Amino acid sequence: MDDYSNTCPLSQKQLLDDYFMDHRAQLLALAAFLDRFERSNLRNAETDFRIEAFKEALHLLVGPGPERARRVQLVMSDQNLDLLDVRDSQSAYGAPVHPAPAHPHDEQEGAQ
Amino acid sequence: MNYIDLHAHMISRTTDDYHRMALTGCVAVTEPAFWSGRDRLGPLAFADYFDHLTTFEPARARQYGVAHYTWLCLNPKEGEDRELARQVLALIPEFLDRPTVLGIGEIGLNRVTRNEMATFLDHVELALEHHQLIHIHTPHLEDKYKGTKVIVEALARDPRIDPARVMVDHAEEHTAPMILEHGFWTGFTLYPRTKASPARALDMIEMYGPERLCVASACDWGESDPVAIPEFILQARRRGHGDLLIEQMVYGNPARFLSQSPKFKLPRPGVAVSTD
Ligand SMILES: [Zn+2]
Repeated sequence: MDDYSNTCPLSQKQLLDDYFMDHRAQLLALAAFLDRFERSNLRNAETDFRIEAFKEALHLLVGPGPERARRVQLVMSDQNLDLLDVRDSQSAYGAPVHPAPAHPHDEQEGAQ
Repeated sequence: MNYIDLHAHMISRTTDDYHRMALTGCVAVTEPAFWSGRDRLGPLAFADYFDHLTTFEPARARQYGVAHYTWLCLNPKEGEDRELARQVLALIPEFLDRPTVLGIGEIGLNRVTRNEMATFLDHVELALEHHQLIHIHTPHLEDKYKGTKVIVEALARDPRIDPARVMVDHAEEHTAPMILEHGFWTGFTLYPRTKASPARALDMIEMYGPERLCVASACDWGESDPVAIPEFILQARRRGHGDLLIEQMVYGNPARFLSQSPKFKLPRPGVAVSTD
């Protein structure tokens, strides 16, 4: 894995002074969304592929290792490289509908 | 600061947007052919679209001092229909000599199907046959990783392809390194919700270095921002980057890539752009 240390020109103190409030708001939005999902009056998507990918990605945020953005992207990606025989839909969903068996665990563990 | 937006679907935007872009320093846009939000009714609709892109849009842009160039193709969303693809591919050559056409684009994949791949490769053949630059759309969301990998590996296997003449656009954290490794140009499109935000584009520039990287608004009929590049410039300054790097990203790099087409004229001839 490449070493990207020292590539951001701002100090950690500057990053917090300038961007903490933005990301604090994003963190609360995420927490409230998960609460809302649990409070739903119809619990019909507990294991939906999107919420599963979401939860897997959340673990990466609190775990160690660099390149969290790239690793979250891989969790949200279809890694089966086979071409589809026919187009199933015009649009994508944001997370793999059928996660490939070789999910990015190797990548994640390698980074840690 | 002057900038070039090398991915802007101006056909979907109002004249007020040209005005705002000009006010914020935009000197040139390049407009790839794309999906209109619904499948077109037949090949004639594409002929009309290509005519619009090469007549009306350059004239509209000129009123604001913005140079307008274009790329032609059948977009990946409609690439599944092989018969339509054959008809549209047959139409394209008669438009390639128009003075503002820079190449074939934005071609690529959508859901990464066999038919989409065949249509993509047909466009690559057309570009090679007519010595055109290539502009590539990589798929959305969960399809981006596999689609980018399939495209990049197919092109890298073809000895006739000069990667310096190919822009692989809509890159993100999990695709930019593989694109750069193979020597292609890479684009970050700055959308409010999907693809790359200005902040994440800056992160990638800091990590991968500024060579062969460009940023663009990719503004279209969806949720998008025609002045995303000025927003990127502002955020880069807040991040502590100097004007030299910022100008390379928003003017020097796109000019270098586009200048490989003899039709592209530098909007600011006084500014030196390295073409090595
Ligand atoms: Zn586009």
